[in-house]
Amino acid sequence: MSTTPLRLKELSKKEDLLTGGHRLCAGCGAPIAIRQIMLAADVPIVAANATGCLEVSTTIYPYSAWKIPWIHTAFENAAATISGVEAMYRALKRKGKISEEIKFIAFGGDGGTYDIGFQSLSGAMERGHDIVYVCYDNGAYMNTGIQRSSATPFGANTTTSPAGSVIPGKLQPRKNLTKIMAAHGIPYVAQTTPAHWRDLMTKVRKALEVKGPAFINILASCNRGWRTPTDRAIEDSKLAVETCFWPLYEYENGRLTINYKPKEKKPVVEFLKTQGRFKHLFSPENEHLLQHSQELVDREWEALLREEAMWKAEEEKEEQKD
Amino acid sequence: MGKVLAVTGNQAIAEAMRQINPDVCAAYPITPSTEVMQRFASFVANGKVDTELVTVESEHSAMSACIGASAAGGRVMTATSSQGLALMWEMLHIASGMRLPVVMTLVNRALSAPINIHGDHSDGMGARDCGWIQLWSENAQEAYDNLIQAIRIAEHDDVRLPAMVCLDGFIISHSIESMTFLPDEVVRDFIGEFRPKHPLLDVNNPVTYGPLVLPDYFMEFKRQQHEAMLKAKDVVLQVAEEFEKVSGRSYGLFEAYRLDDAELAIVVLNSAAGTCKDVVDEYRDRGVKVGLLKPRLFRPFPYKEVAEALSGAKVIGVLDRAESFGGFGPMYMEIASAMMSNGTNPVMIDKIYGLGGRDFMPEHAAQLIDELKEILDTGKVKLYKDYLGVRE
Repeated sequence: MSTTPLRLKELSKKEDLLTGGHRLCAGCGAPIAIRQIMLAADVPIVAANATGCLEVSTTIYPYSAWKIPWIHTAFENAAATISGVEAMYRALKRKGKISEEIKFIAFGGDGGTYDIGFQSLSGAMERGHDIVYVCYDNGAYMNTGIQRSSATPFGANTTTSPAGSVIPGKLQPRKNLTKIMAAHGIPYVAQTTPAHWRDLMTKVRKALEVKGPAFINILASCNRGWRTPTDRAIEDSKLAVETCFWPLYEYENGRLTINYKPKEKKPVVEFLKTQGRFKHLFSPENEHLLQHSQELVDREWEALLREEAMWKAEEEKEEQKD
Repeated sequence: MGKVLAVTGNQAIAEAMRQINPDVCAAYPITPSTEVMQRFASFVANGKVDTELVTVESEHSAMSACIGASAAGGRVMTATSSQGLALMWEMLHIASGMRLPVVMTLVNRALSAPINIHGDHSDGMGARDCGWIQLWSENAQEAYDNLIQAIRIAEHDDVRLPAMVCLDGFIISHSIESMTFLPDEVVRDFIGEFRPKHPLLDVNNPVTYGPLVLPDYFMEFKRQQHEAMLKAKDVVLQVAEEFEKVSGRSYGLFEAYRLDDAELAIVVLNSAAGTCKDVVDEYRDRGVKVGLLKPRLFRPFPYKEVAEALSGAKVIGVLDRAESFGGFGPMYMEIASAMMSNGTNPVMIDKIYGLGGRDFMPEHAAQLIDELKEILDTGKVKLYKDYLGVRE
């Protein structure tokens, strides 16, 4: 595989495979991530897309923003759909009817991935298709108007978990899908954000290179749902990482690496306070909810650190044996 | 000629699939169709076919994978029953809306609740409006022949629509009967090579499948689908003609049995037609002018041809193995539409029978013919819709 160096100068010469003119909102994190993915890939890609913002906004008939073969069938089945495409590729390749090297990616939002598409994703991963599943996680059903999903963070105000006088937004912590995917024992699982473009593109390349299924969870801000100005996508993604709300890490054949450790971990309120969806948490009576948000972040981050340390200790033991 | 063997309906279907040798199959087990994919999986495991078998985690994913595979550009098949078809329902519309010639065997079984694993037509009739061509089969021979023809019909340039072949669960799928198989090379030559259209895997000519189509274009999409479905009727006849040349077995849009001079007519799908034909013979021997029409092509429904075939009948009894609660059975409504648009006005009654695999016995057919005869003689109808073979 000939690879374009991950330098802006070289990458800027590549053709954009998701063209401008699509109708995603200004300041949406999803197309930034998608364009980075497309630029990272140096082989032809065929993509399946779950129903959602990315799908409806990029293919309003008779237009399409996609310069790659692309299929959308329904909401809960991007993983199953791409399984079928990949199975046909294997069949035709074996029969000598196709010779090119092609890679397969499925895109879904968090609703289509964590919730309604969870079964089909799990099935496709277990079957071992040579596919990459990319979730762009903006933390709610944004396409239908900001309803809570199992990816919605604790405390967030959404239209179906509204911050009311009795219930202060979403009461449950978000599902840790990246870890669940790692538990499938697939060769590659990672978490990243479009603000960390080199990290994102390196992970996409690793995911495409491994033989078998790979999963990448990308935090993708949504100014409509997060209640932020349209120029906050990159800054908020950085804050998510600096506060360890969204750590950058990867599992390569089951082995965890934390790709970035902030020198000084910022308190989660730094991430929460810029977003209108968490505004109510800053009322004096909700201070305990902010504390709980911090506890949830700390718990996950410390568990990651412990796990990584365990892997390092294992490796040191192995080295000593040698 | 091919071999004559005693096989189950499921075995016949699996054998047709082996001979068709599709590029991809995606399927999920469900009674009574499980045996089809089970046998097919052993063909894959033993190198008898070179299909990619995708053993998905649900029927929804089965149809989703079939759609992805078909759009990718190859021949795709699957099989299911009952709840499996119900779970696929969302995707059935997407397969047809995308004009993908996926071919599926539907081993008919009742829908829950209460749960029941036996044969009736509520699954297939529930998929009536999903845009799939439907061919119905009386026995294993017809199911086998229909499946092979379905490939040619679905993939025809004028059609490019998915097709399902229906046979009765257990009554046909699990009963052993003698039938004639075509030699492998005859099937191979008859179906020919798959010709992909706008395949996703043509990376040099990228296409977008499944865009958002708003009110400005949506109806034109649906109109084209309707036109393709109408064209399927002629294609079914063309393919049947070619099939007769290689098999010696003749197929039409329906089977008309002793119908030419019949005053009384029974309309019935699938396996119960065999039972009815025997009883028709008995009544004919006694001088009762009764005949039978067994639809083969249910979607598109050949209204004109069916009405012409039934135009001599004064009283028609339609047998429905599926309920439309609060309405007439689905077959009755088609026959009523056919007769109305033909301008003929026979007396028509609807009998719901055989739900959940309830046996349909010769005495039930006799009971129906007696009632038709009574209506002919008296001009009086007791009930236009009633149940046959039920405890009251």
